Amino acid sequence: MRKLLNVLYVTSPEAYLAKDGENVLVLVGEETKLRIPVHNLEGIVCFGYTGASPALMHLCAERNVALSFHSESGRFLARVTGRVSGNVLLRRRQYRIADSPEESLQFAKGFIFGKVYNCRCVLQRFLRVHGDKGAFQDVQDAVKFLSLQLQKVVNCQNIDILRGIEGESARSYYGVFDNLILNEKKVFQFTGRSKRPPLDPTNALLSFLYTLLAHDCFSAFETVGLDPQVGFLHKERPGRPSLALDLMEELRPYLVDRLTLSIINNRQVDAKNFIVKESGGVIMNEEMRKVIIASWQRRKQEEVMHPYLGEKIAIGLIPYAQAMLLARHLRGDLDAYPPFLMK
Amino acid sequence: MMFYADDDLLLLSGIQHFSFCRRQWALIYIEQQWEENLLTFGGRELHERVDDPFFTEARGTVLVTRSLPIVSYKLGLYGMADVVEFHRSEDGVQLKNRPGRWIPYPVEYKYGKPKPDDRDIVQLCAQGICLEEMFQTSISGGDMFYGRIRRRQRVDFDDGLRQRVMELALEMHRLFNEGVSPLPQETIACKSCSLVEICLPHMSKRRSVRRYFDDALRELE
Repeated sequence: MRKLLNVLYVTSPEAYLAKDGENVLVLVGEETKLRIPVHNLEGIVCFGYTGASPALMHLCAERNVALSFHSESGRFLARVTGRVSGNVLLRRRQYRIADSPEESLQFAKGFIFGKVYNCRCVLQRFLRVHGDKGAFQDVQDAVKFLSLQLQKVVNCQNIDILRGIEGESARSYYGVFDNLILNEKKVFQFTGRSKRPPLDPTNALLSFLYTLLAHDCFSAFETVGLDPQVGFLHKERPGRPSLALDLMEELRPYLVDRLTLSIINNRQVDAKNFIVKESGGVIMNEEMRKVIIASWQRRKQEEVMHPYLGEKIAIGLIPYAQAMLLARHLRGDLDAYPPFLMK
Repeated sequence: MMFYADDDLLLLSGIQHFSFCRRQWALIYIEQQWEENLLTFGGRELHERVDDPFFTEARGTVLVTRSLPIVSYKLGLYGMADVVEFHRSEDGVQLKNRPGRWIPYPVEYKYGKPKPDDRDIVQLCAQGICLEEMFQTSISGGDMFYGRIRRRQRVDFDDGLRQRVMELALEMHRLFNEGVSPLPQETIACKSCSLVEICLPHMSKRRSVRRYFDDALRELE
């Protein structure tokens, strides 16, 4: 499996990216804050109004370093891409399958199976560790409910029914998610998922980490030569990375939700770093973003046994491994798409 | 005898990948995947020194030219020969820009050492067949130069080798037209392959995904 290279996250809005020979420079004013050889990088993700020189964009495109720009809150704005690469025949097969509801359903079932399975695992792991401290009857009920939903996913014959199963599962899971938050219950109380804008600090954390995950899923599909915009579960819409969103479904619980919980429960967050705007939307400051990115980076370096491949890989490589397995199934090497099922 | 059209030509250098491993070739030319490793990096370094289309050198009775574009419509292959020598001879052919008669003689440069299989010599022979077709002549052999041992080795283009090159080229065209990469077959050679991380040859022995789902469901009970 490919070695995990680093993704450079640039969070200060006053930073400017430049090129010096084979190096990426991060400049603030006249000062070089960081100098890193381009071959050590897999991606550069910029938040805020960070600029970059055309020479640096050239270097990134040439070396397949995914360079993308996001708003301060993490909303995707633009990325630098090189030539269309990969196997055009494989992409055409992807399009043909996306056009066929029956064939798309098989992929969609894989993503949703992974999502429900992993949500259930997050809850179950919590019960294993904290089950003695209280009854957590709600959480236990949700675990049972999600188990039943998994059977339904397997037997499902229609994409709309599948979306219904997904919706019910998500409601059940998010309905008990607040039980999993053990510290500063007042600040981080979770009353349901809110996105535009996130209405509480926990949702702000989730949204920001989902953005980081989306970037990695997008790059993973580009790496294996698939079109990240053509999905099997999410409907296409110009600008929407549907396939990357498809893959995120199964990866959110393991890669983001658990990390969010441990960041809160290990008291790595400080309520004063979140600002509530007049609309009720919650925004976090740069310091908080740095803490989250550092945790995300550390987590990606950890290793885990891949349940299907049966080999240890860095957690940061999971999106890549899944994109590769998906391409394998598209090509006909595998009899189905095996989602990442956490242990 | 069948001749390929311009649009159907494949890269000649692919024949060495193809003879080494069909899947490796398919990953590079059909899937358009390429992972650089130390070996390919070294190869590129060496070639950067060798490649120079403006280089032609006369050494007495030998004319040396680098980066010569070559093609064979019979094989359906095109590419670039690293080095072609032209040996002055009464039996030779005429060149566009030189007086006298010359016999073309291909020399292929490789970074490593001689291989246990025929992947390098089929490439050299394919170059020879291109030169024969382009200059309407016959060529008895060429030289391999290996960077590791810094020595040239003569290769005769006998009938067996020519036959092998013809078969490989035909098979390359067949697979390319199908557009489907063959499944991996894990061998000892996979250890030295620069595409092993993309190919993942051991995966072909993995269990079925249906059973993977079944196992996951059983664990819930």
